[in-house]
Amino acid sequence: MNGMGRGAATATGGWSRALSTYFYRRPNASALLLLIPPLLWFGTIYLGSLFSLLLQSFYAINDFTAEVVREPTLATYKQLVTQPAHVDIVLRTLTMAIAVTIACALIGFPIAYYMARYATARQKTFFYIAVLLPMWTSYLVKVYAWRLILAKSGMLTWLLDTFGLGPVLDAALRTPVIGGPTLASSYIGMFIVFVYMWLPYMILPIHAALERVPRSLIQASADLGARPGQTFRNVILPLAFPGVAAGSVFTFSLTLGDYIIPGVVGAPGYFIGMMVYQQQGTAGNIPLAAAFSVVPIVIIAIYLTIVKRFGAVDAL
Amino acid sequence: MTAAIEFRKVTRTFGSVRAVDDVSLEVAAGEFFSMLGPSGSGKTTCLRLVAGFELPASGQILLDGVDVSDVPPYDRDVNTVFQDYALFPHMSVLENVEYGLRVRGVGAAERRRRAAEMLGLVKLSDFGERRPNQLSGGQRQRVALARALINRPKVLLLDEPLGALDLKLREAMQIELKGLQRDLGITFVFVTHDQGEALSMSDRVAVFDRGRIVQIDTPRGLYSRPRNTFVAEFVGGANVLSARLAASLLGISKPVAVRPEQMRIVGDGSAIEPGWVTMSGTVADSQYHGATLRVQVRTADGELLTIARPEGGNGNGDSGARTGSTVKIAWPRASVVELEAERA
Repeated sequence: MNGMGRGAATATGGWSRALSTYFYRRPNASALLLLIPPLLWFGTIYLGSLFSLLLQSFYAINDFTAEVVREPTLATYKQLVTQPAHVDIVLRTLTMAIAVTIACALIGFPIAYYMARYATARQKTFFYIAVLLPMWTSYLVKVYAWRLILAKSGMLTWLLDTFGLGPVLDAALRTPVIGGPTLASSYIGMFIVFVYMWLPYMILPIHAALERVPRSLIQASADLGARPGQTFRNVILPLAFPGVAAGSVFTFSLTLGDYIIPGVVGAPGYFIGMMVYQQQGTAGNIPLAAAFSVVPIVIIAIYLTIVKRFGAVDAL
Repeated sequence: MTAAIEFRKVTRTFGSVRAVDDVSLEVAAGEFFSMLGPSGSGKTTCLRLVAGFELPASGQILLDGVDVSDVPPYDRDVNTVFQDYALFPHMSVLENVEYGLRVRGVGAAERRRRAAEMLGLVKLSDFGERRPNQLSGGQRQRVALARALINRPKVLLLDEPLGALDLKLREAMQIELKGLQRDLGITFVFVTHDQGEALSMSDRVAVFDRGRIVQIDTPRGLYSRPRNTFVAEFVGGANVLSARLAASLLGISKPVAVRPEQMRIVGDGSAIEPGWVTMSGTVADSQYHGATLRVQVRTADGELLTIARPEGGNGNGDSGARTGSTVKIAWPRASVVELEAERA
C-alpha cells in the first residue's frame, strides 16, 4: 500500500521532472515552444496578408465587368503613376507626412530632452502620464473633439481672438493651398491634428534614446572644452538620432496610412489611406487599393534605407 | 610657488548629506596626489569639484592661484579620465582623442597630427579607426588617457581609472601612469579606494573619511605614522588595540596600532626578547596568501588581531596556527604607533 503510493508519486514527479529536465537541457526547444504562437501570427496573418496584398496589386480590374482579372500585369501600377489625380494623392500624403514628422520632431525633442535630463522623478511621472494619457482616449473621440476645437466658432479661434491674434489666423487661412474657410476645413487644421495624434510616438523613442546617454559623456565633452551648444551638437544629438529616426518612422508611417483624420478634418483632397478605403470598399477596385497600399511600404523602405545610411542604426 | 590646486574650507552638500565637509588642501604643481578612501567618503566629489562638475556650497577652489569656484568645466584648465572612460561611442578612437582640439577650433590637419602623436604616446597608433566598443578595457583606458591629455592640461584628474581592469593590467598601468606623469610633468590627482595603488604611485596621499580629510602625508608617512584608527586600519590594515587594552599592556591610554607583519606567534617555551610585548590568544582562523600566512588571533577581550608572517618562515609547515589552539603572540614595543581617538 505504502509502496504503491510512493511509486505513483514518483511516477508523476518523474514525468513532470523529466519534462522540465528536457526543456532545461534544450533552451532552444522551450524558446521554440514560446515562439510558435507569435510566429504563426506573424507568418500567416501578417506576412501572408502582406504577400496577398502585393499579389493583388499585380492584378488589374476589367473596366467593363468590374471584375478582378487574376493575371499578372503592371497595368494597375501604370494607372497609379500616370493619372495626375493619383499622383496628387501620393504627393499630398507624402508632403503631409514629412511636415508632420518634422513638426513632431521639433516639438517632441525638447519635451523628451527635458524629461530625460532635467525632470525629477515626480516630474518624470507627470510627463509620462501627460504624454500617454491622450492615448487612453478613443482615437475617434479625439479627432472629433479637434474638429470642434478647430471649428469657425470653436475654442481655438476664440482663444486667438482673446489674445488679439485673430488677424494672424485669418492671414494663415488666406494662404493658398494650406489655408481654407476655417481651420477645421484646411490643411493647417489637419496638420495640427496629425501632430497632436502622433506626438507621443515621437517623444517616447527620443526620450528612451536620451535616457541611454550616460551623464559622464556629457561631462566628458564639457571637460574637454566643449560649450553646452557644442556638446549638444557633437554628443547629445548624434546619440539621440536613433531615437528621432525611430520616432519619425512611427509618425511618418502613421500619417501615410491614416484615413480617418483626412476625412474628418481638413480640405476635401484625398489621402492614400482614404483612397485605399474607398477603392477596396465602394469602388471594389481591390488591385488599385492594393497598389496604393504598396506606396507607403515602398516610401518607408526608402526612408529606412536613408536613415540607415546616416548611421542611425549603428549606435543602437 | 602657487599651488596647482587649492581648496579653502570647501563644503559640498547633497540634501542633508555633507559629501565634502570643510576640506582644505593644497596640491603642488607636478605632484602625483592621491585621494584615498572608502566609497562615499567624499573623494570623488572632491575630484568633481576640481573638474567643475560640482560646485561648492561654500568655500573656494583655486587652480594655479585663480578662484574657479564658479567657473564651468569647459573653462577650466583641467581634464578628467572618467571611471567608465566615457568614450564617445559614435566616434572613432582618433575622433575621440582629437575632440578636445576640435571643440577649441584647432584645424583638421593640426589636430589629426597631434591626436596621432597622442595615440602613439599611449601605444595605440594602429587603433585610430576603431570604435571604442571594439577595444578591450585596457585599450579604452589608454584612449581615455590620450583624450584627456590632448589639451595639455595643467592638472589631470583620474577617477578610479584602474578599477575595471584585471590585476595584471592594473599593475602594468600603474607603472605606466607614473612614468607618464614623470615625463609630462603634469599634476595628477588620482582617486582610488585601493590603498596599495595609492601608496605605490603617489607623492602624497589624502585619506578621506566621511567627507573629511583625516590625514595628508607621503605614502611612507601614512603607513608608518597613521594618525588615527581609521587611517591605521584602512591604509595599513594595521591591528588597532583599544585604549583599554593598550593601557593594560603598554601603559598608554590611547588606541595604538601594530602592523600585522610586526607581530609574531612565539612558542610557549621560547624566551621573549627584551623590549617585546606579549599576550596570549586563540587562533580563530588563518589564510594562506602565497608569500605570507595571515593568522587571526582572538584575545581574551574578544579583539581580533591579524598576524602576517612569511610563509615557511619556521620551516615546518605550521605548528602554531591550528584553529582553536592557544598561542602566545609578541611584537616589539618600538613598533607600536600611538593613535588619536577617531571622531565619532
